[in-house]
Formats: sequence, structure tokens, C-alpha cells
Amino acid sequence: MTARNRELLGLIPASLLVTAGFAGVFIQRSNALSNVSLTYGAVFLGLCIAAHIFIRITLPRADPYMFPLVAVLASFGLVMVYRIDSTLARQQAQWFVLGLVLFAATILLFRDYRKLERYRYVIVLISLGLLVLPRLPGIGYAANGAYLGVRIPGLFVFQPAEFAKIGLVIFLASYLRDTRQVLVQGGRRFLGITFPPIKQFGPVVIIWGLAMATLVVLSDTGSSIMFYGGLLAMLYVATNRVSFVVIGLIAAGIGFWYLGTHIPHIHARVETWLHPLNPHLYHQPLGSYQVANAMFAQAAGGMFGQGFGQAALTLPSGGPLLPAPQTDMIYAVITDELGLFGAAAVLITYLLLVARGFKTAMLARDSFSTLLAVGLSSMFALQVFVIVGGVTRVIPLTGVTLPFISYGGSSIIANMVLLALLLLVSDRARRQE
Amino acid sequence: MNQPIARLFGVIILLFALLIVFTSRWTVFEASSLNNNTLNVRTLLDELKIKRGRILAADGTVLAKSVPAAGNTWGRTYPQGRLFAQPVGFSIAAKGEAAGLEQSDGPDLRGVQTGLSSIFGQLSPRPVGDDVYTTLDPKGQRAAQQALAGQAGSVVALDPTTGAVKVMYANPGYDDNDPPTTSSATNTTFNRVTQGAYAPGSTFKIVTATAAIDSGLYTPDSLINGNSPVTISGVPLSNDGDKSWGLQTLTTAMTYSINTIFAQVAEHVGRPTMTEYMKRFGFYAKPPLDFPPFELNTSKPVAPSGRPYPPGSPNEDIGRIGIGEGGLQVTPLQMAMVAAAVANGGTLMTPHLTDRVVDQDGRTVKTIQPSVYSHVMKPSTAAAVTKMMEKVVEEGTGTAVQLGGISVAGKTGTAQIGANGSNLTQPAFVAFAPADHPKIAIAVMIDLSHGGFGGSVAAPIAKQVLQVLLADGG
Repeated sequence: MTARNRELLGLIPASLLVTAGFAGVFIQRSNALSNVSLTYGAVFLGLCIAAHIFIRITLPRADPYMFPLVAVLASFGLVMVYRIDSTLARQQAQWFVLGLVLFAATILLFRDYRKLERYRYVIVLISLGLLVLPRLPGIGYAANGAYLGVRIPGLFVFQPAEFAKIGLVIFLASYLRDTRQVLVQGGRRFLGITFPPIKQFGPVVIIWGLAMATLVVLSDTGSSIMFYGGLLAMLYVATNRVSFVVIGLIAAGIGFWYLGTHIPHIHARVETWLHPLNPHLYHQPLGSYQVANAMFAQAAGGMFGQGFGQAALTLPSGGPLLPAPQTDMIYAVITDELGLFGAAAVLITYLLLVARGFKTAMLARDSFSTLLAVGLSSMFALQVFVIVGGVTRVIPLTGVTLPFISYGGSSIIANMVLLALLLLVSDRARRQE
Repeated sequence: MNQPIARLFGVIILLFALLIVFTSRWTVFEASSLNNNTLNVRTLLDELKIKRGRILAADGTVLAKSVPAAGNTWGRTYPQGRLFAQPVGFSIAAKGEAAGLEQSDGPDLRGVQTGLSSIFGQLSPRPVGDDVYTTLDPKGQRAAQQALAGQAGSVVALDPTTGAVKVMYANPGYDDNDPPTTSSATNTTFNRVTQGAYAPGSTFKIVTATAAIDSGLYTPDSLINGNSPVTISGVPLSNDGDKSWGLQTLTTAMTYSINTIFAQVAEHVGRPTMTEYMKRFGFYAKPPLDFPPFELNTSKPVAPSGRPYPPGSPNEDIGRIGIGEGGLQVTPLQMAMVAAAVANGGTLMTPHLTDRVVDQDGRTVKTIQPSVYSHVMKPSTAAAVTKMMEKVVEEGTGTAVQLGGISVAGKTGTAQIGANGSNLTQPAFVAFAPADHPKIAIAVMIDLSHGGFGGSVAAPIAKQVLQVLLADGG
């Protein structure tokens, strides 16, 4: 069976899932199965087949599992968002269509994605510019104390960090391809540990500073962890030096420790992470209410969940019981309704997608392609880890989206572009086989 | 570069495993402690999704019902408001607060929601609770409200043969559609009928007379010296107006409420026997009513320090307790139980507010059967005490309650409260009717009067309520 036929078959479960999911929500809502759920399923299947035909024509040898896995996640996300707020789901579906358009545009524009290397400094500057946008007066805005978004009044709202992560990965992949030999061979051994040469390591240090600055200036801990983790992952793959990673982790550890104890609002985040059930913190504005209720929602779900549409999201007064259920807290809603098993299934789906990304990195013949695939896959995996880890209290809660599932146009579009780049790398890698 | 990629993927698998471990921690291992955390309002919200059953009066008048509220939840409304607030209580599921029958009959009103049915909850129709029919009589309840005419006090009426509570009304009360969070002079959730601490005054002489006759130490015709003052527990005790009555029968002493005679009788009967009869009437224990325990107070003597005496304590002034003083604090419900025990031939029935529980298909799932609380006295004693109480109404202090054709047995009480020499009183009246075939036992207790007597203030209120209840067929 060819790769593309396998992809087509893989889309069947995605469509069944979206149809079954909508049917479930409809039954729960109105005690009646309407044909609307079938319509949703059919429209979604149509979109997926259109994208599939496009991939068939443009990237015939690309990995066959990535797109169906994304379709499963996106359709599941659509059902979850629909269950939380049907208006948002319609917008989410529109973002998904726009995301598919940008997906196609990326593939058409960057058939030879290696030409991106030529523009690496332009790309990194644009990425850095994007990152500071939310801090600019007039257009930037803060949510929960973190500067995450840009708002052009009357036009659109977007979260630049979602796009900046792709730009940074492209830059680092290109930069590390050039310097990886020097980083390994020019290193000095001291006390049995290989320290990288300062000159070539400079830009890497800059990324470290950037991650810390993101944390301080934007209070965006989530993106900070994501960028820095992505950097270390790429650095490790490029140099195969565990010592670099250890040095990087120690440096980050010191940085996070210092900021966590000295910057009041970051310190407050850490406190709510450690003591969410402290009644004082719970009742404080921007206190531990959200984290504590994320735990309560998961406890309500138990092993098998309460079923679609059964999770309590609002108080009888109309106030939020679980703030931001469609974005930051969507994992808690999933666990509440589908239980530990449903949540684990979602995480495993992400893991399969990441595995395909790493597989692509292994197949790629040139360093740039490998590093690009590794960077994009790691960044994606870390994004899942940061938000799910925040909701489950592995780490302090920070506001990044759960890719393809959370409500949000920037997230959907940026991750569709990310998928396009991975498929481009994959197609080239397999073509050379 | 493939080896580091494989290792990196291993690290990511570990990170994701960590996520699953933590999700398991909240969903399975620590779920029950999280579900029971006081900050967690989800359990209360689940409660809101249950359509609680109605609470109804004996004649079917709706006292409490569920109404749809925002977000698939149910709210509670009380069509009768203040009139039935004390017995019905309230339920605010969102705050986890409840009182009255809403609290004590909660499990029936919610219906049985077992763990199994909650697992299949998604498949079954929305949970609906059962209806609770009470023994309350709306006409009697309204009569009590009108007769009290706004003054602070309590009225409680029982069917002495079954223990069914017909009337439970007190001022000040509250509107259970909007329960006050703090008590004021006009709004309080404090239920005087079951929580009040009244001085029973001479109404307690029914208990003393019962102990005296049932123990065989006295008969209604025993002659006792009624001179004033006499020394009781080392302190002189006077009759009303310091009147010396000379040698009088126990019946006459009851009719005119002669304190010195009853104090001597109580001392002669003795502390152990008095305590035994008080316990049989229900003193020293929470009233056995189907009501929230936190809304039930024990009737008992209390030391000047505010601490209750242990039953039979040698520090009790049993002579003064015998005339309803000596720190004795009672609930109106307790005094109605005293009347009911005499009315029912000496057998005290357990008082109850719930009559039966009916499910949504109209099937009666539970009926409260009358049950005996205690055998207080011999039927002959009950008959003798009844005769004495009839005399009170025929020619003594309780003439204001006379009902024409129907004979009433009653006893007045006028406890002096406040400083010595002040004219502040707590008038009370305890009665049952018809005396020969009792259908209603009633206690009326008024918080405060300026010089009013049980016979002049409380007895007319009892009369109005008795008239309505007896006309209603008892």
C-alpha cells in the first residue's frame, strides 16, 4: 500500500471520531440525535480529503501518519470546544479551514524549504520582534498577568509566541548545522567536562537570555520553558554532548530559581503551584482557584470520566467554576469527561505524532533537515508537556495552548504551518531513499 | 545523529509518562480526598442537578417545590413563606446549607442516588427525588400565626394519639425563600419551638403532679399545707401575693397553682423519682422529633453558671424545679409532649413531622408508623391528672380557654423573669382537648409580657388554635 493510501485510511477513524463525538454531545444536549452531527462529520471528512488530495499531489512520499493523527486531534478538539461553547466551535472550524489554507501555502511556497536557511537572520529578527509585540502599548494585552497576545482592534487578536517558536527553530537548525562541528571540537575539557567554545556558543547563550527575558518581560513562563527546552534538545542532537545539556539545565535552573524567588508575580505562581488547596491562596484574586479546580475536575472524572457534556464548568451564579475551559484548562475538561483513560489516549496520540516527527528527523539526509524536524517535534512535545504539566501540577501552570485541541486561531494556524514543514522534510527525506 | 534523537525521544516518553502519572494521581489515588475537600463545590453542584421532591402539608398544600434554575440546575421555592418556615426550613444546595425538614428529610427529597446509579447517570433520566407529606395542618398553622398577632412566642400542637405534629409556628420567624444570615428582632432562623429555652413556670406542675400520684405518695385528694412562705432548699418561697391557703387538696393546689404546696410535694417525692418522671416525659434528652439535631434543644435544669445540671444532681433545687423554676429551661415542644403524654392515657408517642414519602409515580415508598416513646404513667394516673387539669379550665387560672361544648384540660404558667420586683413574665399555657377523648395537645409559650399571666395572655391563643384544629376534625 502506498503512503498516501495509508493516509487516506487513517482519516477514517478521525471522521468517525468527530461524528461520534458530535453525536454524543447532541444526545446529551437534546436527548435526540440530529442529522447535524452527521453533517459536521461529513464536512470535516470533506476538508480532510481535500487536504489529503493536496498532499497526494504535492508531497507524495511524505509520512502517511502525521496528517491523520493531526486530524484526530483537531476533530477531537472541535468536539470538545463545541461541547464547551458552540459559538467558539464554529470559529474554531473557521480557523481550521484557514489553517489548512496556510498549510497549503507553506507547502507551495517552500517546496524547497532549505532556502529558508538563507533568511535565517531575518527570520530570527522577525521572531524576536513578534515576541515583544504583546508588550507594546496600544496593541499588546495581558491575560492573567502574562503578556501573551496582540490585539489589532476590530481586526484580529493573535498570540505571537505560537509563530515565533517556528521561526526560532528554523534559525537554530540553520545556525547549529553551521557550528555543530566547531562546538564539539573547539570545546575545552575542564574537570572532565567538555565546555563549549565561547565564540560559537554566544548565540546559544543569547537564546538562554532570550528565554529568561521572555519570562521577566512577558511573564510568559510557558513559552520560556518551551523555547529553552527546544534549544537544548536541538543542541544535544547537533553535538551529542550530554554535558552541554547538563550545563544548560543548571543555568536554566539557577535562572528559574532566582526569578521564582525574586520576582513577585512569578513567585506567586510558584506558591499557587505548591499550595493550591491553601484557602487563603484559593480565595485570592489570581490565586490558586484555577489550579485547584483543575485538580477537582480531574478527581470528578476518575478512571472513566463522567461522559461527554457532563463536566461542571460554571457556577449557578454564572461565574466560572473552571476558568478558561476552552483554552488553558481543556485538558482538565477532557479528564473530567473522559477520565484517566481518555486523557491518556490523547497524550498517546500526541506521542505518536512526536514519534513520527522524530522518525522524519532520523530519515533526513542533511543536518538542517534533521535539526528542523527535531526542533519542531520537540517544541511541539514540550508545548503539550508545559500545558498538561501545568494543569496536572507537574510544573507551575502557564498559559500555552494544547496544540490542535485548545480553542485559538493562532495556535491552530501556527501548528498547521508546523505540520506543513514536517511533511516537507519528510517528503524530501523519503524521496532520496 | 540518530542515537541522540532516539535518546531524546526516550526523554519525551518519560515526560509524558510523568503527565500520565500525575493525571492518575488526581483522578484515582487522591480523587476521594479532592472530592471531599471543603473548597470543592462540585458535590454541591451535583446536588443542584437533582430535582428535589416537594414538601406538602397534610391536606396537600405545597410547602416547598423545585423550580428550574440556570444551567440545568434546580432551585427551591417555598410558596407559604414565613407561615411554614420553621418546620419546612430551607435548602441552599449551592452553599451546602439546609435547615428544618429540608435538611432532615434530605435523603428522601433527593431520592436514592447510589454510586451505581451515578455511574449510569448519563444513561438514565435526570435524577428526581420523592415527595414528602408532612403532618402539618395549614389551617392550624394560620390560626397560630393570627393568634400570636406578631408577638414573640411559640405555638406547637400534636395529635397525642400518634405524635403527629399539627402546628409548629413561632415569632419571629423568617421567609425561607430568603433565609437571613444573621438574626434580628424580626428575622431569625432560630426555631423557638424546638430550640427555645423558656421557663415553664407552673405548667411544669403537670409533671410534679404526675410523679406525686403515679409514685403512690399522693392522691388528688391529699391535703397539703398551703401557707406562705415556706422554706425550700434553705430559701423562703412565697405564693403569688404571699397568700396563705391553709390545708388544701392537690387538686385545688393545681386549680389555683399554689406554689408552696407543689414545692413541698416535689421535695417529698424526691429528686430521684422527679428525675425519673422527667426523663420519661422526654427531659434530659434531645426531643425525638424527625428534625435536624442542631435545631433540637434538650429541656433541662440549668445552673446559674449556665451549665446544665447532670440528671439528679444534688445541687438541683428540686422543690423549685417542681414549680417550673430552679433554672429549668424547656422547649415548647417538650411541654406539648407533657400534655400529650397525659392526654394519651400516660403513653407518650414519639412526635413526628413526616407522614409519608411518595415517589414520582405516586407510590408510597415510606409511611411513618406511630411509635411509643415511653410509658410515662399508669392510665389511672393520667385520668386523675386530666381531671385536675380540667378543673384549671373550669374554675381556676385557665378559664380563658373554655370552648363551650368541648371540655379542655390545661395548665397555666407565668414565670417571673428579669430582676426581682420587675413585672416581666413569660406566660405559658399547656392543654389538650377534648378532655375525655383527646385529639390535640398544645403548648403556647410567650417570650415576654409586662405583667401578663399564662391564663390571660397564652390561654386565649391556645383557645383560637384549638378551635380551628378541632373544627377541622383534629
